[in-house]
Amino acid sequence: MYDKGKILTGLAVFVVFMTYPFWNNIGRAAYVKPELEKPRMAKECVENVEYMRAEHMAMLNEWRDEVVRNGMHEYHSSFTHQTYAKSLTKTCLKCHENKDKFCDKCHTSVAVSPYCWDCHVDPKGVKQ
Amino acid sequence: MKALYSLFLVFALAAIALVGAGALGMERTFGLYIPFLAAAVFVVGFCWRVVQWGKSAVPFCIPTTCGQQESLPWIKQSTIENPSTTTGVVLRMLLEVLLFRSLFRNNQPQLYSDGRVRYASSKWLWLGALAFHYSFLIIFLRHMRFFTEPVPALIRGIESVDSMLQIAAPTLYLTDLVFIAAVTYLFLRRVVVPNIRYISQVQDYFPLFLILGIGLSGIFMRYFAKVDIMAVKELTMGLVTFSWKAPQGIGAIFYVHLFLVSVLLIYFPLSKLMHMGGVFLSPTRNMNCASRKFRHINPWKFENVHYHTYEEYEDEFREKMVEKGIPVEKPL
Ligand code: HEC
Ligand code: HEC
Ligand code: HEC
Repeated sequence: MYDKGKILTGLAVFVVFMTYPFWNNIGRAAYVKPELEKPRMAKECVENVEYMRAEHMAMLNEWRDEVVRNGMHEYHSSFTHQTYAKSLTKTCLKCHENKDKFCDKCHTSVAVSPYCWDCHVDPKGVKQ
Repeated sequence: MKALYSLFLVFALAAIALVGAGALGMERTFGLYIPFLAAAVFVVGFCWRVVQWGKSAVPFCIPTTCGQQESLPWIKQSTIENPSTTTGVVLRMLLEVLLFRSLFRNNQPQLYSDGRVRYASSKWLWLGALAFHYSFLIIFLRHMRFFTEPVPALIRGIESVDSMLQIAAPTLYLTDLVFIAAVTYLFLRRVVVPNIRYISQVQDYFPLFLILGIGLSGIFMRYFAKVDIMAVKELTMGLVTFSWKAPQGIGAIFYVHLFLVSVLLIYFPLSKLMHMGGVFLSPTRNMNCASRKFRHINPWKFENVHYHTYEEYEDEFREKMVEKGIPVEKPL
């Protein structure tokens, strides 16, 4: 092989870079899904759990648009057959009292940081 | 036709994943075994190809010169375009690898109605390539959020800059837009420009469609047919820590995305995509343009080279040569 030193150095850099996910996790505790705090005051969410897990952000986005643009404040759930106010703080955070132990648990794990809290209050966060 | 053929190939691949992981319930195969195999093929195959290139001799000094060579002291040398020092070569390589210098030089012949030809600078390919490669890099780095716990600050930073405009929820990534626009441009260039369509092969269209398929399935999964991201992270983390688990209930679209990525990884070392490693090894770019100062010794070992002498040639074709009346040294 010609230019052995340079080529092998380059390849070493490549391999280290590409296998980062593998060696980075060596010696760390095995990944477990974050433990979420269950709401105390209810058994069911506004929609079924699978739907909430995947779609809650889209739902909030819709709620926001409907409230702010169309003035529609009520959400009728076909799952629980109840009516909820379309509100981030007053609905979601009423049942899921502790944002840190619920919303943020998931979000930190997948590196999303919803910017909603730039404006909206987290009632628990204010008291602390 | 070639484009259609490639498109159907990508559709077929997507269908394999849909049927395999969706209908047949082979989540472990499509979620763990194939991706792991693909990653191994990618890394090992890539190294193998580069080592093969490293073993081939460069018999001549063939750098492309794009400026004034080092000459008499009062003639200004173009030290990066025509480097005569290692620093110059390194700078030239950096320009090539990071900014695609030689694509920037691209020009387009234009024929005027009166028959004159003009060579106009054409920067679109350069711009498209730059947009494509950098958005791909950012998207690749962003995906590390699924393979690390805790997620490093750098990755979180990239994530938040990429979703800067805060449009909708989940927030729109800017690179998604740039990426799809760039791949679409690179594809349209091949079908719209007649002379480029003429030289385009299946192996040009296939990676484009494959990459477009990966991009679209990813976008579809993030914004439209959403999947349970927490379960996805459980799977990807299990994959890289070898505690393989396949959580139930991740949508089939995720397996389509993952399978297309796996195909890309396997296809990579077999194809022209190897220019990722090849760019560092191209003698036209990485050699010193000082052939007048230093003699380039052909490193080829001639004793190992099998060559065909005239005698052997005549032995092989003597009958045919005589038949046609071509003079031969040894008569029949
Ligand atoms: C009436 C009380 C109530 C309200 C209001 C409520 N939730 Fe829930 N939520 C629950 C309960 C109870 C669960 C757990 C359901 C289960 O585990 O079966 C849950 C589960 C969830 C989950 C899935 C957690 C998991 O286990 O993976 C998400 C995400 C979620 N809620 C988000 C929201 C959002 C966003 C809102 C506001 C739109 C909201 N919830 C409003 C009670 C509520
Ligand atoms: C720039 C500040 C700001 C940001 C950031 C913001 N909001 Fe709002 N939001 C508002 C204001 C102002 C209202 C109107 C409040 C009202 O009319 O009572 C509102 C109303 C809402 C409502 C309906 C009313 C209510 O009580 O909740 C929802 C739902 C909502 N926002 C969701 C979100 C979500 C989800 C995000 C993050 C993705 C977000 N908002 C980010 C300012 C903001
Ligand atoms: C089961 C885990 C889980 C829980 C609990 C959860 N989220 Fe999320 N949330 C996610 C995931 C995963 C995403 C990101 C999806 C993606 O990256 O495609 C997300 C994204 C969001 C987004 C969009 C953010 C962005 O910048 O794209 C908002 C807004 C949001 N969540 C609000 C909430 C609120 C409010 C709560 C608490 C009431 C909550 N979530 C609880 C998993 C969760």
